Amino acid sequence: MKLLNHTLLYLSGSLLVIITIWAGIFYVNMLDEVHDSIDDGLENYKILVIQKAHTDSTILHKNIFDESNYAIRPIPSQEAAHIKETYVDTLMYMQNEEDYEPVRLLTTAFCLEGKGCYELKIISSMVEEDDLIEDLFYALVWLYIAIIVSVILINNVILKKIWQPFYLLIDQLRNFRLRNEKVFTAPETKVAEFKDLNETILALLQNNLEAYNSQKQFIENAAHELQTPLAISINKLELMLEQPLQEDQAGTVAGVIENLERLTRLNKSLLLLTKIENKQFTEEDPVNFNELISKQKENFAELLDYKAIELDVTSNGIFTQNFNRDLADMLVTNLLKNAIIHNHKGGRIDIQITENQISFSNTGSERSLDKDKIFGRFYKTHEQKSSTGLGLAIVKAISELFHLKVQYEFDGLHHFIIRK
Amino acid sequence: MKILIIEDEPDLLDNMVQSLQKEKFLVETADTFLSAMDKISMYDYSCILLDINLPGGSGMDVLQEIKKLKKTDGVIIISAKDSLDDKLTGLTFGADDYLTKPFHLAELNARINAVLRRKTFDGQNTVSLKNLDINYDNRTVEIDGVPLILNRKEYDTLIYFISNKNRLITKTALAEHVWGDQTDEADNLDFIYSQIKNLRKKLKESNAEIEIQAVYGIGYKLLTGD
Repeated sequence: MKLLNHTLLYLSGSLLVIITIWAGIFYVNMLDEVHDSIDDGLENYKILVIQKAHTDSTILHKNIFDESNYAIRPIPSQEAAHIKETYVDTLMYMQNEEDYEPVRLLTTAFCLEGKGCYELKIISSMVEEDDLIEDLFYALVWLYIAIIVSVILINNVILKKIWQPFYLLIDQLRNFRLRNEKVFTAPETKVAEFKDLNETILALLQNNLEAYNSQKQFIENAAHELQTPLAISINKLELMLEQPLQEDQAGTVAGVIENLERLTRLNKSLLLLTKIENKQFTEEDPVNFNELISKQKENFAELLDYKAIELDVTSNGIFTQNFNRDLADMLVTNLLKNAIIHNHKGGRIDIQITENQISFSNTGSERSLDKDKIFGRFYKTHEQKSSTGLGLAIVKAISELFHLKVQYEFDGLHHFIIRK
Repeated sequence: MKILIIEDEPDLLDNMVQSLQKEKFLVETADTFLSAMDKISMYDYSCILLDINLPGGSGMDVLQEIKKLKKTDGVIIISAKDSLDDKLTGLTFGADDYLTKPFHLAELNARINAVLRRKTFDGQNTVSLKNLDINYDNRTVEIDGVPLILNRKEYDTLIYFISNKNRLITKTALAEHVWGDQTDEADNLDFIYSQIKNLRKKLKESNAEIEIQAVYGIGYKLLTGD
């Protein structure tokens, strides 16, 4: 759920509760105020009636309410002494409404000198509570809706605007790659929290970039620095081999040379990977992979022959792509080499080329390789001790550099598929 | 023939000197930028091996100086950087070849030979060795005047051996030179063996006066009988 909707949800929930409570309190208070006001009116009226009774005794005989709103009834003085002034809510038939409606009734008693005591009842029509509640309810519902709509509008317009830098930041972060040289610029904002966030992220990225670059630099430098001692060692051993040696000594020296060469290859592959990742191969030309593959097929002819592997190339289209020529060569060589090395004597390799994909399918081990790890660095199955374990990592790095997808599948044959 | 090695790493320099002296070259050395500049202005060399990273300056500047002096010395750049840019810059500035460290001494011989061939035999690029006549332009070999049919790789192998005659060539050095990136797995060394076997057979059948000899099972040597 979006942050906007979260606030909306909580706001509408709490507003509902607040408004309901407020409505209850408001209703009670208002009713109290209305009663108070009516009671004041009744009190005033009472005084007027009693004053009038002093001067005009005719009203003392007005036993029923009729058209007016008071009634007087003589009572014994003892009873009058017991009557307390009371205000009560009661119902009375209203002609206009043709229904019993609530009225406020004041019951009191007064005594006139020499004329005995009387009970006085005064009524005042009152607010219809059910109507009031209904009106209040609708008013509040409208208020609630109005508030929610306002909140939605405010949320969407203002908050969205306020959160804009945040979404921009997320967007930028999503597209950010350590590998890309693109400089990360945080979106501008006036909000302190976002500024803080931007600064924190910038600092974090800066640290990461520095670590990444220094690591890259380290690998590159280390690989370079290794070249010279490797050269010296290999050459010294080569010279040593030309001196009179016993056969087992010569064998040992040759073994050391072989391992130094393995180290050299490893070193070169690491350098190559670093360079690909550093995008140091800038030259690009349209490369026809069909031609490249048939050229490589020829280059590998003797090795294929020797291993008795049959290689078939089927072209159902021309696969061309803007590519660095050396890397294109490397890509095809590595895939072909992979298909040969992991093959068995008398096996086969099928290369299928269409306009959008090239697949290398080869016979080999009976089991599928680990799809997730096969393109990783230093992935090796136990059979191949002397390989660098970087060949397919290089394939992947090259493919990614030129926006190709590379994929492994197994269905008895091992398929390596390159897709546009 | 005189060769100048410009290299600041004493061990590497020593290795190259030893190896090239075996090839009967006159070898001179320079281990700093200044001494290199001195030597190239004072003497002429058949071939100059040039390291890019030198104390006191860049090998590229030495190269430019060589070209400015209108010298015809062959130049092979030797660099620890397997960098395409350096290679391109070097070759544009007129270097004849580019070799990345580490390299096999046999490979160095082959490269020097190729450069010397291009420099020396203007026009007629052929060489005779015993009863073999090799035409580098046409990539053909004749034994006693009879063409020897070799495939591309066999020809490359033979030329590599001829550049390193009477020297030991390890299987891996040969594999790297002839088959390049394709063979970097130990089990493929058997493949080299089978390829050499074919070549030896062809040479023998044509009564070549040279012979490829296996040495301890680690490499080969081209024997010319000298």
